[in-house]
Amino acid sequence: MNFVTAVFYFFSAILIFAAFRVVTTRNPVHAALFLVLAFFSASGLWLTLEAEFLAIALVLVYVGAVMVLFLFVVMMLDINIDRLREGFWNYLPLAALVATMLALEMAIVLGSRSFGLNIIPAPIAHPAGYSNTKELGSLLYTDYVYPFELAAVILLVAIIAAIALTMRRRKNSKYQDPAEQVKVKREDRVRMVEMATDQPSSTRS
Amino acid sequence: MNFALSDLMPLLPEVFLLAAVCGILILDLFLGEDQRYITYILTLATLAGCGWLTFSTATGVTVYTMHGMFVDDLLSDSLKLILYFTVAISLVYSREYIRLRGMFQGEYFTLILFATLGMMVMISANHFLTLYMGLELLSLSLYALVALQRDSAIASEAAMKYFVLGALASGMLLYGMSMVYGTTDSLEIPRIALVLQADIGNRMVLIFGLVFIVAGLAFKLGVAPFHMWLPDVYHGAPTAVTLFIGTATKIAAFAFTIRILAQGLQMLSPDWQQMLAIMAVLSMAVGNIAAIAQANFKRMLAYSTISHMGFLLLGLLAADSAGYSASMFYVLAYVLTGLGSFGMIMLLSRQGFEADRLEDLKGLNQRNPWYAFILLLLMFSLAGLPPTIGFYAKLAVLQAVVHAGYTWLAVVAVIFSLIGAFYYLRIVRLMYFEKPTDMHPIMPPADMQVLLSANGLAVLGLGMLPQPLMALCAYAMERSL
Repeated sequence: MNFVTAVFYFFSAILIFAAFRVVTTRNPVHAALFLVLAFFSASGLWLTLEAEFLAIALVLVYVGAVMVLFLFVVMMLDINIDRLREGFWNYLPLAALVATMLALEMAIVLGSRSFGLNIIPAPIAHPAGYSNTKELGSLLYTDYVYPFELAAVILLVAIIAAIALTMRRRKNSKYQDPAEQVKVKREDRVRMVEMATDQPSSTRS
Repeated sequence: MNFALSDLMPLLPEVFLLAAVCGILILDLFLGEDQRYITYILTLATLAGCGWLTFSTATGVTVYTMHGMFVDDLLSDSLKLILYFTVAISLVYSREYIRLRGMFQGEYFTLILFATLGMMVMISANHFLTLYMGLELLSLSLYALVALQRDSAIASEAAMKYFVLGALASGMLLYGMSMVYGTTDSLEIPRIALVLQADIGNRMVLIFGLVFIVAGLAFKLGVAPFHMWLPDVYHGAPTAVTLFIGTATKIAAFAFTIRILAQGLQMLSPDWQQMLAIMAVLSMAVGNIAAIAQANFKRMLAYSTISHMGFLLLGLLAADSAGYSASMFYVLAYVLTGLGSFGMIMLLSRQGFEADRLEDLKGLNQRNPWYAFILLLLMFSLAGLPPTIGFYAKLAVLQAVVHAGYTWLAVVAVIFSLIGAFYYLRIVRLMYFEKPTDMHPIMPPADMQVLLSANGLAVLGLGMLPQPLMALCAYAMERSL
């Protein structure tokens, strides 16, 4: 077992443990943090595969942005974990059966007999100065430009959908209009009232 | 790689549609509430423009472009033209309905157009990646459309179910595709077919992947045992969106299935034929039997969709050119009839009232004999009674199935169609032999009256003269496979 294999098993073990804890832990904040750990280990795996750009993008985008946002949401919402877990034990036997079957099938099909090194040879290792990012970039903007543009359209749809589903103009909400505030004149706020001067009544005489 | 203009020409309808949606999106911001009809007219004009571009650039020659990611063949051109037509009709049907329910907003139209773009991408996809991108573009727009009525609890629930199950199905599809990629070393559909033709390779991994792909497809088509989302979504979504999901998306789902199974994995047909046979029988059983118990017209039509999609699979599992063209004819027949049926629900609905229960159809003949007659034609077509188009669609599929040597499947299909005829004819009984409980006048806008009548008559007319459409389907399939 060489070093890279040892690193692979190390990260894989952490990944599986973290993914398992995401589902089983009782505290949603812990679950989100375990998901962060899972992403970290996955990016470690990608690093061993020489996919440096993807590994760093995973950490930056998922860990840095998405999961932090997710944590905020989890902390803001008051999630009743007992209601979420309702029926957990009822479904467990069937779910466990299906999951074990699936895992077994995958183990049989995906073993080294189908994807071993004698069937799919290992890719050529690149020299140290090789730029993964440059290669990805040139592929994305030439061969894969069509799906790349489509991904942009999907993001646009996501923006439109998010705005359409969340924006509501409440009629009775009180909000400030800075333009109106700046434009205000003294006459709008202060009204001078003329009143007949009253003689102070002399109480002590 | 350099781009020449000729590389982009086949993409012209897609490019035009995307540019037009972005324009409409911005223009809509400057329109007042009472000028919203401009957005509506521009949406229809965009569809017409796409139709013209597709029609004028159709050469009948198969062209691959964008590095083999995009294909422009006769199948894609004909399906796209039908798609524009379907979307446009569904917009006309739903205009009054969404206006009365406060959904007549720019977002509705842009999301519909984005969904249309997604379907066009799916129809023209020549690569697993573009297939998936198109599917996601369509699905994301649909999730948002279902949830557009935010204050309706039932619509939110439907959107949530649709989203979770749709995401699961996409995951399955991707996993299956990755297995196929693992053995064939390609994602390009014709190349996968070539690799498999030369050497089937590791059959076990391929079949393992195929199971996931078929399961994902079945989710999207809505066939049993992956149909659970369908009744809830059809019932919960606003009827205008149900109309869209129930008709236009079926065209794209059909193209999707043809591209993957018939064009990519034809060599594995002995394996997927068995899977499709099981799902077809299950869907016809579940759809037709569960539909009998429904009191809600939309739910009943949802179960009827499940059974029809089962019938569609029958045509596909014949796995030859005749079977594919029969199932294409079946999809077109179903789309035409579905348009009318859901359109009829919106015709009978009015402000604050959804005519989606079966009892709302009681005595329709006394309220308006003409619409009762149209709905009669539509129900006859769904049940597959002559002389409507539904009969010839079923006949063509059954012929293909028998020809492919699956006589027992044809017998099962006929038995379940007979069971299914019960609940379609029950609607006819409700319309003609019951007293109306609700005497509100039916006053749809004029364009909807004309189109819905034409739709009903087309079901009858194409049923009497099915040959031209059938010939078109056969020709398109033959030239594109």
